[in-house]
Amino acid sequence: MEFKRKSKINVSIPTASMPDIIFMLLIFFMVATVIRQYSGLKVKLPEAEKIQKIPGSKRHVVTIWADKNDVVVCDDIRVKKITDLRNIVYQKLVRDPQIQIALKIDKRDNMGFVNKIHQELRKASALKVHYFAVPGGEY
Amino acid sequence: MLLGKKRDREVEIPSASLSDIVFLLLIFFLVTTSIDTEKGLDLVLPPPGHQEIKIPKKNITNLLINSAGQVLLDGEQIEIPEISRIIKEKLFENELLIVSVKTDKETKYETYVKVIDQLKKAEAKRISLAEPEED
Repeated sequence: MEFKRKSKINVSIPTASMPDIIFMLLIFFMVATVIRQYSGLKVKLPEAEKIQKIPGSKRHVVTIWADKNDVVVCDDIRVKKITDLRNIVYQKLVRDPQIQIALKIDKRDNMGFVNKIHQELRKASALKVHYFAVPGGEY
Repeated sequence: MLLGKKRDREVEIPSASLSDIVFLLLIFFLVTTSIDTEKGLDLVLPPPGHQEIKIPKKNITNLLINSAGQVLLDGEQIEIPEISRIIKEKLFENELLIVSVKTDKETKYETYVKVIDQLKKAEAKRISLAEPEED
């Protein structure tokens, strides 16, 4: 039996192209990054199946949060009275006519309250709404 | 004057630490990235004002949700998972059908989203929202 012979091949992973690979990754993440603009409220979103992404750019989306204590925040502007919402949304609509509304409403809220938001949005003529939901749901 | 003597100095930017710098940037962007996973159900609200549009009665189906989350479809109580199937059948018979969703003030938003989800599943394009009745 022969045990003596051992091959002396220098085994090493070539690292010369590593910076290039990292650069590629870096560029991917730089492009994919959207630095979060608003902190919002803590809400428990309802579950739904047939959810889809908001078409178009994120720039034209106004997000309205409503938590279980009926606190309403519109793009980090605290809405003290629900009737102030129409002015806030209307101002945004004047600046950018393409806006769409993303509604992040807590699933424990009542429809009476949600309907007040609906009415305010209707009065501001912001009619395209999206009810945000998380994927899932037992049905 | 010394003019002839020129020194051959090699000028080079050190590039050994380049990969470290890029690594740092990469880690920064990895941490700050939040790839969008946010999705929702879209709906178009009725325009403001109280104008009424006459719709023939046969093109409307009423869907009522009460405060306990029970659903009444054209006078019959049904379960939420059945909505998509029944609406699909109704749409097959009459594609001009408008589903009018009416909720109670005390209805949970979660139930409402479930119902809208069912309507989306049935590919109902024409969904109308009725205001909850004030008492």
